Amino acid sequence: MAILTKEEAKKIIDKVLSYSKSDEMSVSLSGGRTGNIRYARNSVSTSGESDNLALAVTSVYGKRSGTSTINEFDDVSLEKTVRRAEEIAKLAPENPEYMPMLGPQTYLETNTYAESTAKITPDFRAQAAFDSLDPCRKKNLTAAGYMEDTTGFTAIGNSKGLFGYNRATSVDFSITVRTADGLGSGYANPDVNDVSKLSTKAATEIAMQKAMASASARALEPGKYTVILEPTASVELLQNMVRSMDARSADEGRSFLSKKGGGTRLNEKLFDERVTFISDPMNADLPLSPFGGGGGGGGGGRFGGGGGDGLPQQKQTWIEKGVVKNMFYSRYWADKKGVQPVPAPGGFIMLGGTQSLADLIKSTDKGILVTRFWYIRAVDPQTQLYTGLTRDGTFYIENGQIKFPIKNFRFNESPVIMLNNVEALGKPVRAGGNLIPPMKIRDFTFTSLSDAV
Amino acid sequence: MNRRDFNQLIGMGAAGILLPNLPAFSRTVSPEALLEAGIDVAVKKRLADAALNAAKSKGASYTDVRIGRYLNQFVITREDKVQNIVNTESYGVGVRVIADGCWGFAAVVDAKNEADMAKAAEKAVAIAKANARLMKEPVQLAPQKGYGEVSWKAPIKRNAFEVPIKEKVDLLLSVNSAALQNGANYVNSVMFMVNEQKYFASSDGTYADQDIHRIWPNFTVTAIDPKTGKFETRNTLSSPMGMGYEYLQVNPADKVTGITTRYNKGYDMLEDVTAAAKQARAKHAAKSVEAGKYDLVLDPSHLWLTIHESVGHPLELDRVLGYEANFAGTSFATLDKWQSKNFNYGSKQVNLIADKTQVGSLGAVGYDDEGVKTKQWDLVKDGTLVNYQAIRDQVHIIGEKESQGCCYADSWSSVQFQRMANVSLAAGKTPLSVQEMIKDVKKGIYIIGDGSFSIDQQRYNFQFGGQLFYEIKNGEIVGMLKDVAYQSNTQEFWNSCAQVCDERDYRLGGSFFDGKGQPSQSSAVSHGSSTARFNGVNVINTARKI
Repeated sequence: MAILTKEEAKKIIDKVLSYSKSDEMSVSLSGGRTGNIRYARNSVSTSGESDNLALAVTSVYGKRSGTSTINEFDDVSLEKTVRRAEEIAKLAPENPEYMPMLGPQTYLETNTYAESTAKITPDFRAQAAFDSLDPCRKKNLTAAGYMEDTTGFTAIGNSKGLFGYNRATSVDFSITVRTADGLGSGYANPDVNDVSKLSTKAATEIAMQKAMASASARALEPGKYTVILEPTASVELLQNMVRSMDARSADEGRSFLSKKGGGTRLNEKLFDERVTFISDPMNADLPLSPFGGGGGGGGGGRFGGGGGDGLPQQKQTWIEKGVVKNMFYSRYWADKKGVQPVPAPGGFIMLGGTQSLADLIKSTDKGILVTRFWYIRAVDPQTQLYTGLTRDGTFYIENGQIKFPIKNFRFNESPVIMLNNVEALGKPVRAGGNLIPPMKIRDFTFTSLSDAV
Repeated sequence: MNRRDFNQLIGMGAAGILLPNLPAFSRTVSPEALLEAGIDVAVKKRLADAALNAAKSKGASYTDVRIGRYLNQFVITREDKVQNIVNTESYGVGVRVIADGCWGFAAVVDAKNEADMAKAAEKAVAIAKANARLMKEPVQLAPQKGYGEVSWKAPIKRNAFEVPIKEKVDLLLSVNSAALQNGANYVNSVMFMVNEQKYFASSDGTYADQDIHRIWPNFTVTAIDPKTGKFETRNTLSSPMGMGYEYLQVNPADKVTGITTRYNKGYDMLEDVTAAAKQARAKHAAKSVEAGKYDLVLDPSHLWLTIHESVGHPLELDRVLGYEANFAGTSFATLDKWQSKNFNYGSKQVNLIADKTQVGSLGAVGYDDEGVKTKQWDLVKDGTLVNYQAIRDQVHIIGEKESQGCCYADSWSSVQFQRMANVSLAAGKTPLSVQEMIKDVKKGIYIIGDGSFSIDQQRYNFQFGGQLFYEIKNGEIVGMLKDVAYQSNTQEFWNSCAQVCDERDYRLGGSFFDGKGQPSQSSAVSHGSSTARFNGVNVINTARKI
């Protein structure tokens, strides 16, 4: 398996750096194994596994940079890669936004690696699929599912002495269960770093229960409803909003955080005061990489890491009691604005309360339980208006109880408006690489009905 | 590469990036390396035969081998800056076999010799035999005659990879400059070029060498009104095409004039960006639409996406059967509807055609990724559902004897499976121009360019936006509208199709990033149409205050 230790990775990176003739050079070395198993119509359709180990070199002359990659590690190949990156750099146009590379950094020791996941074998995947398929076959339900596991490492270094190393594992499992007559459908999508925390059987049982409970749905009129959003439903809307919290776009006037007349809405109260978003690489339920990218220079600052520059990830508060407290700043934009650069988080935590999903349902007179949204697309980036549909189990709630399944709705709603209409927040759980509470939201806008199951 | 990775790569409207997420197993190379000749065809045959023989000796009843060299080039700019130039190359081999009645697949990066090939073939057979134990029914592969040694080359006039980078950079920077001079505050522009050099060999006796080219020049302009704090954008009206650099050759015959200029097989990027900058500015003053029922007049630059989502996807047989239930979804167009022979997918005017041969389209190839010569076939004829899109291991389900030739893998390292062909709305048979069509519309909206899109997992309910919206009153265009989106149901929508303009107006739109499968694979596909009219469609107003 292509998992190098910190020492092995450093040795290769140091060797590559020793070949450099350019002004600055960064090296990124990453590798690992990814495996998957897929099934549909109650039968395994494909499974596979692949290893990869790759090195990327970025050489810089002034503000010209060139990148070259290789997956062979003998001295001749490594030196050839360095020379090629230098040649590409010399021919590249100047990037006026280029930022010099960072020097040595201190990174958090985050807990993103689990031995249990690293030890996954093809037999383990087959068993995980069987544990999901077997109960469905027995109940005459139809399962379609997919599990993908990744075990990998990333090491970064540059000619200014920066070095970082991190190992990570992850498992993403999704399961759709449909009734034999096609009238009911349920879904579950747990993700973990440590596979010992995943039961494909338990997740499938949730999907089975939703499939059976959602059959023979009744139609309700579209309109504004109080909704309870399970985290699997709200995750993408919230993620889209957080991804839009880039300071440069806001300063340029093309973001929901841009202010009339110029400037940004930093420090303005935009949401209900119960709304707080943080990110914390050290959180035990959501450990994140301590750095992003390849240790190079450049603009950086995309969601999903610290950009290409190796900026350390720290605990950050993005929204506090409804007030926008932070946006992410690339090193270029931070320099231009005279502030500290802030990398985009690898995942976020929305704080909540102590109530369970069941508690939220119990306290609802009339409302709709949404278990999943699907095909979410931006309609207007200015207002963060998104459209999409409910899917895989939508239910009508009356007097604190689920009364009957309802047909799917199309919504047109903005997470900004939604987070102003908060009725209650439950206890956060992990969804799509974030921690999100189940939420009760009033006046959620459904605009049409769908016959889809 | 999927749409999100692409957006990250080009950094649209956001911070620039240094090292993108590259396509699987690809390496970045110099632009010159993209011009190096790939492996000689005789060598490819020798390598392929090594895999075919090894698989057969291990007990495979069928084998196909794909030797692929995939080249990409991206030139990415904003305003007066080149943000990134990326050249990537990926080379390897995928071997697929049937053994013990079950599929098996193995891939190997940088396969150099017969021993590498044999090893991959043996691994594929071992996987097939292991999976056979979990199989419910053996694979039923439609027979396919071998074509011997054949080749196919996209009929391009100018290989985009041979065009110097400087020429592309100069064009994009002049496009950006024109945008800024005409009222845009910001502009991002990108040139994206693809060359797939694919060699296919199978135990049926086909050895097909193919050379496929695609190009997509595109931009987004943003105009800000500081007084209101609002911003408006207008995206390119170009289409991704199965063409070379000749797509950027300005040719008056390829221009469609009207309320704004649209383009056929020659794109005037400078002219389009100039109009885009002015239109983005004009959107600030446009009237916000009043929600209600309107007759929609949909330009091909818009309608392609509605065809893609509401016709292309629901008529993919693997979705109909439930193989995509956990990801892309299933389909409302179930087998019983097709079997009834009287399911009204649309009005009598609606003829929807699948085609893997259309010149200049993204889906055009000579042979698909399981060695089937490509063709054209009907999906919906005079409004009635008549067929699906299916490949060799599926066609027996719909009573066909041979595959329709729409099998595709996005890399040598991916398993090939059923993908969407170019699916297009046939031009109207009666002579009709756009002006004549508009003249009869009392209360309508003319929509140009693609925008926001969303559809449910069985392809009933959809919502689409656009780039430009014009109000039609009593046969006249009276002004620009904004905040427009329409919602409908697939069957209702296609049955509301009242008229389709004739072939003079026929143009292709398309997507580089049609996603399907787990792990997800991306496919490029075109959709042609002439302007078409749909009566009484529900339009909503999307303006909100935050």
